[in-house]
Parts: sequence; structure tokens; C-alpha cells
Amino acid sequence: MDKYYVINDIVQNFPFISIILSLFTGILCAAVKPKKAMVICFFNLIVCFALSLTTLIYCINNGDYYVYMMGHFPAPFGNEIRVGVLEALMATAFALVMILSLMGGLKHIFHDVLPEKQNYYFLMMELLYTSLIALIYTNDLFTAYVFVEINTLTACAIVMLKHSKETLVATARYLMMSLLGSGLIMIGISILYDITGHLLMSNLKESIVAIASVGKYRLPIEVVICLFAIGLGIKSALYPFHSWLPDAHGSSTSSSSAVLSGLVLKAYIILLIKMVYRVFSIEVIRGSKVLDILFVLGVLAMTIGSIKAINSRDLKRMIAYSSVAQIGYIYLGIGLGNDVGMIAACFQILVHAFTKPMLFNTAGAFMDEAHGSRKFKDLAGAARKNMWAGIGFAIGAFSMIGIPLFGGFVVKYNLAIAALSTNRAVIALVALVVSTVLNAIYYVPALMVLFKNTNPKQKVVVFADKNDIPFIVSNGVFMVCNFILGIMSPLFISLITMGLYKFA
Amino acid sequence: MFSGLIHNFYETAAIIVFGIGFVTLLLNRNIIKKIIGFNFMDTAIYLFLASKGYISGRMAPILYKEATPTLTKYINPVPAGLVLTGIVVSVSFTAFFLAIAVRLYREYHTLDLHEIVSIMNKEENEE
Repeated sequence: MDKYYVINDIVQNFPFISIILSLFTGILCAAVKPKKAMVICFFNLIVCFALSLTTLIYCINNGDYYVYMMGHFPAPFGNEIRVGVLEALMATAFALVMILSLMGGLKHIFHDVLPEKQNYYFLMMELLYTSLIALIYTNDLFTAYVFVEINTLTACAIVMLKHSKETLVATARYLMMSLLGSGLIMIGISILYDITGHLLMSNLKESIVAIASVGKYRLPIEVVICLFAIGLGIKSALYPFHSWLPDAHGSSTSSSSAVLSGLVLKAYIILLIKMVYRVFSIEVIRGSKVLDILFVLGVLAMTIGSIKAINSRDLKRMIAYSSVAQIGYIYLGIGLGNDVGMIAACFQILVHAFTKPMLFNTAGAFMDEAHGSRKFKDLAGAARKNMWAGIGFAIGAFSMIGIPLFGGFVVKYNLAIAALSTNRAVIALVALVVSTVLNAIYYVPALMVLFKNTNPKQKVVVFADKNDIPFIVSNGVFMVCNFILGIMSPLFISLITMGLYKFA
Repeated sequence: MFSGLIHNFYETAAIIVFGIGFVTLLLNRNIIKKIIGFNFMDTAIYLFLASKGYISGRMAPILYKEATPTLTKYINPVPAGLVLTGIVVSVSFTAFFLAIAVRLYREYHTLDLHEIVSIMNKEENEE
């Protein structure tokens, strides 16, 4: 059973306040002019960042998690949120990435979205953030389902808000695949409720451990595990369910692409990790075959996602396919089934959340130099016309390839260590090596094209648009964050370890 | 082995309908039929939940002029709450999907998703 703390510190209310604040300020955005909506959105995100950071520091000092009762009904009837180091760390990181992604693409938001709909963009972003942190914090399975649906709806909406035919088709496909995923999750929850009679994660875990120890209901529980794994796999674009991702992430405005690939995919994976530890318990999961399936799909995603990226002639589609490969790393870490692998997977969530939005935002900046074209042939030499974005893209690419000093290297190193102690070491190590080489095969030519000296008379320009201060600042902060993740990785890994041990 | 399927015919029917809806949403080319498939899928889940929450011989959990309710008289109210929430979600998704279908039809004059994608690819190659 979870321990209940008497709410004696005001800090313990902060996660709930940040959820409810984003919800209400989001609704406020619908009623005001776009510029005001932007101010409200940034204000809320900065406040949420501060609140989450305070919660994180509180949890680290406390060294433990706490369960916060929503409403007046205690378990097993009421609704709860659970706050620990891992949850607070993810909420803080997500708030920061969201602020920086919005800043980086601010110029494009006001360019791509129709003027009368611009305030709705910020409304959707606020609701998206609400659903992300609610998914991270919630301790109740049905609440998780509701926020999964809100997340899907807002994610589709921020793709569609760029006014073009292409995004419309991409949204239709994205929505279709997401609905398949949520249908599977919903029937999974129904069957689980049917077996155990609970919806709170801690009560569910008690029942499932009790049922598993007497060896009853083996098949239904395995079916439920598979339903959740596939449902969340579809939503987080695990290979072979990734077909919607390149269109949706490639065609939308740069902030949307950044947030979709950096945060939305991760929220589902965090939910899956929570399910693994907090609902099914890691022992039951290890007894089923689902980890093998996730491992194989992760390996396939790492290689085939990269091969598809090599074949694309379009910068944003290439970055989008690279997301498929990077999601593969996370699933590889989960599929290894040991704690080191899971920690590496969580760290990869952080690294990818800080790297991919930077790549998408800089890609948006390069597209400005090529009159909106995303094709490599038009983008030749774009980085020389906007060197600041060029440096950002190079750092992101190095991190994705896995060059030391950057987060991507630490992830690969930890995944390799995790793989050594399992019986799947050879496959995992070969997959890591092949995937690293493939990553280099598409990121290095992309860098060479972007930095190509097409016109010798053209001088190198550091800031293409000196008035676009939000982009300059966000790109700088992203670069610093990537360095910090790479250099100070032991700190983050120890925080993740602290959080994960409290999960079990 | 199959006697369980006949005994629990509500659940069996729910899973079959879920399968029909799932396949329609995944494979049918027509967007309107996809939306119908999605509604099939969700309705099947509601049937599953409702049949699981029902206990034969008991009545709906609405208290009427009773100071101390006897719990054995009523069925489980939680699945009904889940179904209500699910209906709200499914209605909003249906509305959103239908809005997308209207906009797609205005742009491409067809509701066949494969045809729409091929038209889009053709336009892209012409550029």
C-alpha cells in the first residue's frame, strides 16, 4: 500500500496547482487576442516550470515520494496523483522544453497559422501541457486514459492548425492511428478492471501480484499487457506502427513538430514505464513475453527508421524518421528488462526531449532561407546564411549520432552496459553499432549539404534575423542544455535511479 | 472450452464487435466508414463494461428514500461512470474526425483516403 502523508507542506500542492492552472489559463486563451494568449501561455509555462522545479527539489530533499488525494475520498474509491523524483524531473524538463520549443518557432506560428486561429494554437499547447503532466503524475488508470485522449486530440489539433492540404491528410492519418491505439488501451483497462475491480495503480498492483502468485488468470493478464504495449506503442510511433509519424511531424509548423516529437511521444512511454512498475509489477512483466516483443521491435525501429531516414530527400522528414529510430532506443532499454536498461531508457527520454526540438526548430530556421522548401536540394548552404541555427543543428546531430560529450553517447554507453548482463547482449550490441553507423550516414551528409559553400561571395551570417530574439535565445539555451545533459549525466542518472527505485 | 463463450455471450459479442470496428477503422478506405468503425469499437467497449458491471437481479444504484442503503440491492456503479466518460470522449473525437472529413472533401472532392494520398503525392511531384 502507498503511504499517505499528511499535507503539511505547501509544496505538496504544487503538482496539482500546475495541472489545474494550465487547464484554466488554457481556456482563458480561447477568449483573448493571439498576442495576449501568447503572453498567458508563456506566463503559465514559466510558473509551471518554477512549481515543478520546487517540487523536484522538495522530493530530492525528502528522498521519497508522496501520494496526493484528489477530492475527499481515500483509496480505493478516490482519485490520486503520485509525485516522486522521476515524475517531478520529467515535469520540469517538459515545461522547459515546451517553453523553448514555442520560443524557437514563434515566428513560424504567427506565419503558418491563420490570424483568427492563432489564440487557439496557444490554447491547444496549454491543454497539451496539462495532459502531459497529468499523464506523468496520475496514479489512476482511468484518469490516465482520459488524459491520453486529451493528449491525442490536442496533438492532432496542433498539426492541423498549420493551414495546408498536406497537414490535413497528415492529421487524418495521425488521428486514425491514435484512435486505434486508444481503443486498445480502453479495452485493456476494461479487462483489467474486470479482473481486479480496481482502477488505482497501487491497488491494481496488489491484486495482480496476488493473482499471479496463485497462478490464476495468466492468459487474460498477458493479453492485457500486450494490449497496453501495442496501444501505447502505436501512440508513441514504435516500429511498425510509425507510418503516421513522418507526415504529421514533417508537415506541421516547427513548434508543433518539436513538441510532438520531443514530448508527446515520451508521455506515452512514461505511462508504459509506470504501467510496467506500478501496475503489473516488474516480476510479472518479466514472466510474460512482452519484453521480448518490445526488444525486437526496438531493434527493428533503430535500424529501419534510420534506413528510411537515409532515403528521404526532405530535411524535416529525415528528422522525423530519426525520431522513429530514437524511440527504438527507448524500447530497446525497456525490452532489456533490467534496471540499468530502464534507467538508460528514461535518460534517453530526457536527451531526445532536448535534442529533437532543437533540430526541428533549426530546420524551421533553415527553411526560411530556402523560401519555405524542405528539400535538401534547396537547402544547400542554408547553415552559412544562419550560422547560429547551423551550430544548433550540428550539436543536435552529434548528440543523435552519439559523439562523446553529448547525451546520446551516455545513452548508448548505458544501453551497452545494460545489454552485457543479459542473454541478448550480442543482438543489442550489434544493433547499437549498426544504428550508430546509420545515424552518421544520414546526419553527416545533411550537415555537409547545409554547410556547403554554394556561393563563394556569400559571407557567413551568424544571425539571419536579428529581430527574432526568441529563436536566438531558445537555440542558445537548447545548446547549453544538451551540453549539461552530456557532461552532468551522472547527476541525472542518479535522480532517475532514485525515482525508479521508489516505483517498484 | 466453448461453453464459456456461450455463457458469457455479452462479452463474446462485445469482443467480436470490437474486432469489426477495429478492422473497419484500420482498413476501410472511406473516411466516413472509418468513423463508423471507430464508433463500433467504442460501443463494443461500453457493452463490455456494462455487462461486467451488471449483477443479475439487482437494480440501478440510485438511492431512493433510504437512510442506510443495503449494498446487496444495487449493481456496481463504477462501470456506468466509465461508460459515461467514454461516451464523452468518443463524441468529441467523432466530431473532430467529421470536421476533418468535411475539410478533406472540400479540398479533394473525395472521401477515399488512398485516393487523397495519391492525389497529394502527385501534386507534390509536380512542384
